[in-house]
Amino acid sequence: MSGKVVGVIGAGSFGTVVANLLAQNAKVKLYARSSEKITNMRETRTNSGYELHENIEICDDLERIAGECETIFPVVPSSGFRKMMRDLAPYIHPYHTLIHGTKGLDVSLPEGMTIDHPDAEFTRENVKTMSEVIRDESVVVRIGCLAGPNLAKEIGNHQPAATVVASSFDSVIKEGQQLLRSDYFQVYGNKDLIGIELTGVLKNIIALASGALSGLGFGENARAMLISRGLVEMIYLGKALGGNLQAFIGLAGVGDLVATSSSKYSRNFTVGNRLAQGEKLSDIIESMNEVAEGVNTIKIVKKFAEHYGFRAPITETLYKVLTGSMTVKDALTYLMKIPLNVDIDFI
Amino acid sequence: MEEKFNNTTHFKPIIPEHNEWPVVKLSKQRQEFIERVSKESISSIKRIKNTEASLIEELERTRYKEKLRIQKAPWSVDPDDDYDFWKDVKKQLLAISSQPGGATKTADEILKTITDRYANEIAGNFKHSSYRFARSIATFGFARLLNAAHTGRFSGLFRAQRTLRDKIRIRGNLDHLRELAKNGTIVMVPTHFSNLDSVLIGWVIHELGLPPFIYGAGLNLFNIRVFAYFMNSLGAYKVDRRKKNLVYLETLKMYSNLAIQDGCHSLFFPGGTRSRSGSIEKELKRGLLGTAIQAQLANFKNNNDSKIFVVPVVLNYNFVLEAPSLIDQFLKQKGQERYYTENDEYSTSYKIVKFLFKFFTKQSDISVTIGRSMDLFGNYVDDEGHSIGKNDKYISTRDYFMRNGKFVDDHQRDEEYTINLSRRIVEEFHKNNEVLPSHLIAFVGFRLLRKKFPDLDLFNFLRLPEDELLLDYGEFSREVEKLKNIIFEEEAAGNILTSPGLHKSTDDLIKQGLKNLGIFHAHLPLIRNEVGDIETQSLNLLYYYHNRLIGYNFEEHVG
Repeated sequence: MSGKVVGVIGAGSFGTVVANLLAQNAKVKLYARSSEKITNMRETRTNSGYELHENIEICDDLERIAGECETIFPVVPSSGFRKMMRDLAPYIHPYHTLIHGTKGLDVSLPEGMTIDHPDAEFTRENVKTMSEVIRDESVVVRIGCLAGPNLAKEIGNHQPAATVVASSFDSVIKEGQQLLRSDYFQVYGNKDLIGIELTGVLKNIIALASGALSGLGFGENARAMLISRGLVEMIYLGKALGGNLQAFIGLAGVGDLVATSSSKYSRNFTVGNRLAQGEKLSDIIESMNEVAEGVNTIKIVKKFAEHYGFRAPITETLYKVLTGSMTVKDALTYLMKIPLNVDIDFI
Repeated sequence: MEEKFNNTTHFKPIIPEHNEWPVVKLSKQRQEFIERVSKESISSIKRIKNTEASLIEELERTRYKEKLRIQKAPWSVDPDDDYDFWKDVKKQLLAISSQPGGATKTADEILKTITDRYANEIAGNFKHSSYRFARSIATFGFARLLNAAHTGRFSGLFRAQRTLRDKIRIRGNLDHLRELAKNGTIVMVPTHFSNLDSVLIGWVIHELGLPPFIYGAGLNLFNIRVFAYFMNSLGAYKVDRRKKNLVYLETLKMYSNLAIQDGCHSLFFPGGTRSRSGSIEKELKRGLLGTAIQAQLANFKNNNDSKIFVVPVVLNYNFVLEAPSLIDQFLKQKGQERYYTENDEYSTSYKIVKFLFKFFTKQSDISVTIGRSMDLFGNYVDDEGHSIGKNDKYISTRDYFMRNGKFVDDHQRDEEYTINLSRRIVEEFHKNNEVLPSHLIAFVGFRLLRKKFPDLDLFNFLRLPEDELLLDYGEFSREVEKLKNIIFEEEAAGNILTSPGLHKSTDDLIKQGLKNLGIFHAHLPLIRNEVGDIETQSLNLLYYYHNRLIGYNFEEHVG
């Protein structure tokens, strides 16, 4: 183990798992915002159902994290990411490295407007990936992200898995690899930061749809159809948002898509599944203790596609389901009727 | 930041004593400096080619490319012993491969003879006496020419009432730039539309009371005597675009790098060559920009806190003499400049003088915008040179090179910084672009005509016969008015600038625009015909001047 101290901001289930992975190679400071959670973690040395590695120190002070850690992993929901960066920004410098693990989008809307507002408009000007939020809000340039099939529960149980660290800086990728790699955890590098971020974000849409299919009681043929058609839609959307095709066919794209579209551990999958069984979105969200990023992503991406005038049938249909204007069953019937007869036309 | 039009202030030189000018100091130690350049280039090349075999291979490649250049593209400025030198290199390389150990020179020694030669060739030769002479010829001459044109009489040549300052508007925060030049080293990066840009910038630098800047001038310009004289005396070093081999490029970059480290203010045209399409550069060349970042790192490592600042400059002309040939090259997709002979506008001294006369006498108004200064990481800086980050906090720029409290050499990181810097410069170019009436009407005229033929692609559209293309004046002026107001909104948001001419009534704006737009071309981009409608005589040129306002999404708002 190196004498290095690294920070993790956000103690949700993925944040905790990331902290545990890092703790095998370094000393870790884990930051949580809620004082209740901090007390609980300090007392029980567990969080979100995981034991905390002995190298993890619980911390409630962002200034200390920034002062003692040159490398920090922010893992907080996209809706709170910008606020977290604003709080952190005064303490960080250009020598800091930030590698985030958040698979959602940030939107900036006029005062008082929410993403559910009918007039809310989403363009590339106000829809940002997390790395772009980091750049907006701080002086940090060494930015990376984590993406891949990383279901927290399985990693927590030390099952074999792999992830991708993406950054335009070789040194950031190397740093991420050295810090995260272990006997059961492989780490790949990728230079297309935006592309990799987008794969992680967009795959949640398809995961939610997959949950819905499964909730209707359908099997593997249906899922395979959805995954492959879903990938095509992801690629179109990803290109429109500034990613490259290559990112989508790698571990963070196809890999993550297959994992989350098949797993009941995935939050987005769960939302779709319960919607198909007739539950209301508001009830589902209320009953979950962590954010399913896919819900907001669908709302943002649907209007984004509308603004730029291209079709994203799966996303559009899911949007109708989320807003209650279509049932999951009708949505499926509708999608099956779309006359798409070309399999692959994006390469 | 304070923004002003400045026509009257007289700026005193910030360093009155010319012996103190960095460029003078540099030229006094010319030989020593060249040796440093050569030595440092060798270590930089050997970092890239880090085995004996790969170095020899690189030398072979260099020799081969040089042989081709000598055969295919000889220039009159080339030294007489060019052929013999490379023949000798060949012999030495042969000796290494055929009799290892017994060769007269090692690969390292051969490399040194080449970098020595290149460094000597690149080095400028600044002489204060000829600088003064050249400069006074320039201002005196131009001022006289202006007078002659103004009074319309030859006798005007002997009056000096009108000065270049009346013709050339310099805007931006000029005091800020002067302050910074005292506190650090300036790298000025202008847009590039015409071969006259460097003369114009040279004049601006002097007007602002700044010491001369060094800059890399195309070696091809040294083929022409008049230019060669001016360039040599204005601190230019020579850039030979024919030489694309690694050894040359590393030596060239090292020259710039070390000169900046020594505090020489520098001028790069980051677009590399003149904009062919007439639009503001979107992609910049990163080679020389990168040298500024290397120089900054070296300064910090040598415990020298002196900072390097990047100052974007945007030049705006109503008329670019080279426009017809530039746009022609653009349309033929001949962007790559390989072994080409310089355009004939500049082929002889006589043509240049004739052009200068036209340029300075007839050109109505030229604007030069000095943009806000940045550090090498794209952060704005204040008068003392502090980098300003989010929430107006100061940033220590050393931190960009640090890791765990130490300076770290990381080439790939610095390349990323260079990419980021060039992106920021492009942004600043767009913000500091000043819309002239002529550009506005060219843009509206072209977009309106283009809208009439949505089914044609650009190239087929440009091939349409001009006499079939007509615009109703009423429609034209309504659209000009509309876009004008949108441009004002964008200006208020800080995304673009407008010239005083834009703040007139739309009719007057159009009149002024038509009077100035590409005024000395044989075929005019836009004219108003006898019945009062708008016509074009050259669609290509209209396209060229229209391109000036590309990149702002103004297209959506026309028609």
